[in-house]
Parts: sequence; structure tokens; C-alpha cells
Amino acid sequence: MKKIVMFLLVLFCQIALAEIKVYDFKDPVLELRYQALTEELRCLVCQNQNIADSHAELAQDLRSKVYEKLMVGETDDQIISYMTNRYGDFVLYRPPLKSKTMILWLAPVLTVLLGGLGFWVVLRRRNQVQEQLTEIDRQHINDLLDRKSE
Amino acid sequence: MRYLLPLGIFIVLVIFLGIGLKLDPHEVPSPLIGKPAPQFNLPQLHAPEKSFSPEQMKGKVWLLNVWASWCVSCRQEHVYLTEFARTGVVEVVGLDYKDEPQDGKKWLSQLGNPYVLSITDLEGTAGLDWGVYGVPETFVIDKKGLIRHKQTGPVDPVILETVILPIVQTLNGEAG
Repeated sequence: MKKIVMFLLVLFCQIALAEIKVYDFKDPVLELRYQALTEELRCLVCQNQNIADSHAELAQDLRSKVYEKLMVGETDDQIISYMTNRYGDFVLYRPPLKSKTMILWLAPVLTVLLGGLGFWVVLRRRNQVQEQLTEIDRQHINDLLDRKSE
Repeated sequence: MRYLLPLGIFIVLVIFLGIGLKLDPHEVPSPLIGKPAPQFNLPQLHAPEKSFSPEQMKGKVWLLNVWASWCVSCRQEHVYLTEFARTGVVEVVGLDYKDEPQDGKKWLSQLGNPYVLSITDLEGTAGLDWGVYGVPETFVIDKKGLIRHKQTGPVDPVILETVILPIVQTLNGEAG
């Protein structure tokens, strides 16, 4: 019993540690913008997390910066450019379409197109092979039939 | 013949994965390269009544090394940085990032102080403006006050000799 209680205590203490500071918004529109922005911005320390999810100290700082800037009435674009001026396009989960990021945006489309093309070629070839086979088969059948009738 | 295409695809894949292995995703190119060093006005670590601003270094090539007493890899690079600073080839300014001043001072007195001076960035505001995301980081600033290079992560003798030193020497040759 004691062990179970201890185990539960340890579990809950982890949850308490993992809590992310919640900001108070009087305006629900601001809150929505805060959520959207922090989900769009990448944490540079743990690069597969956005700053809304990350517990890294940098993410905390960036969240408080976003909050601060929303409170003084900056637009989303202003906040985004504040971040990219310091951390580059990498801070955005959806990088802008530029000559440098072109391959990033076009690669999925190209891959699908290439795959489709390959699929089409294989299908066509298979059909041709089948047609050829039936022709040979027909010849063969005719030969057999001819021989029989002789 | 029929294995040629899969083999080709395989080789291309191996090449790309090979390149991918060599890349370090933690090295994010800084958008600040070639831009004026972000200004700040912060107290000096050893003389809090005096402040420091990057403007004071105009006309000189200098390094800004971002460090903290809580940062493990700063300890690792510290020996090499101290040795490098001792050659007198370039002035190194330290930015004590999100650190208690007394901890920072203790750290320097224990490990040696390579910096001409250190700055206390308790809140990390200067760090944010400089795009700091992984301490230690080292910036090379030219005579005009432009950031010319950023090294993310700890420096070692190889980086100092083959990357930082040549940049400093070229910049020293440039007109102020």
C-alpha cells in the first residue's frame, strides 16, 4: 500500500512539474491569436516541438514575448517578423515560399507526379505484355486447330 | 538490366542519407549575419555600476561569447577560449546569459577569465535579440559593428584555428 501511494505521489509530482504557464487573456480573440502563433513557431532547442508544447526555457521566453507583443497590440505579421529577424525562417513551422525553400514545397508534388508516372509506365507495359501473349496464344491455338483438321 | 533502376534509386538514396548524416540540424543559419549587431545596454558583471553597449567596440574586431555558469558545454570550451584569448589576437566580450551574477563571477574565478569584460544578461533580453538558442554561442563582429560569423555550440582548437582565426584576420585587414 505504501509503495502504491509513493508511486502515485511521484506520478503527480511529475505532472505538477510539467505544467506550462497559462497566460490570462481578457479578450478571447487575443487568446486565439496567441494559440495560433505559438503553434506556428518552432522551438529551436527541441526542434520537433512548437513553442506552445515545449518546456524548454527558450520556448518559455518566446511565449512570454508573444504574449507581451499581443498585449501592446502588435499584429501577427509583426510578431512573426520579430521572430524570423532573430532566428530565421527555421523558427516557422511553415517556411515561406522562396527560391531557397522551393525544393521543400515542390518535393512532395514532384514525388507524387514521379510515382504516378512510374505506375502508369508499369501498367502500360503490363498491358502490352498481355496483348502480345494473347496474340502468340492465338497463333498457337490456330496451329493446333490446323493440325487437328489435317 | 532489370536491377539497374532499383540500384540507381538505392545509390541516390544512400548519397542523400549520407549527406543528411553529416548535417547538424542544431546549426540553424543566423539571419543576423551581415547585419548590424543588435544594441543593448546592460551592466558589467564585475562592475555593475558601469554598463556596456556593443557600440563601444566600434572600430575593433571582437568576439561576443555567450556563456553561463549553468551551461555544461561552456565549461568544455572554456579552456580553449581562454587559451585563444591569451594570444591577444582578438578581444573577447562575455555575455553571461540568464545567470546569477554571483554564480557567474564564481565560475570565472575558478576557471579563469578570458574576457576583457562580461555583461550580465539576467533576463536573457540581449540573448533574445541576438537570436541565442543554445549556449555557448560565439559571434564575430567587424569594425563597422556588423555580425560576420556565428558559431553555435562549444568552440574547440580546430574551430578556433580554422574558422574563427581566419575570419578575424581577414576582418582586421578591412577598413573600419
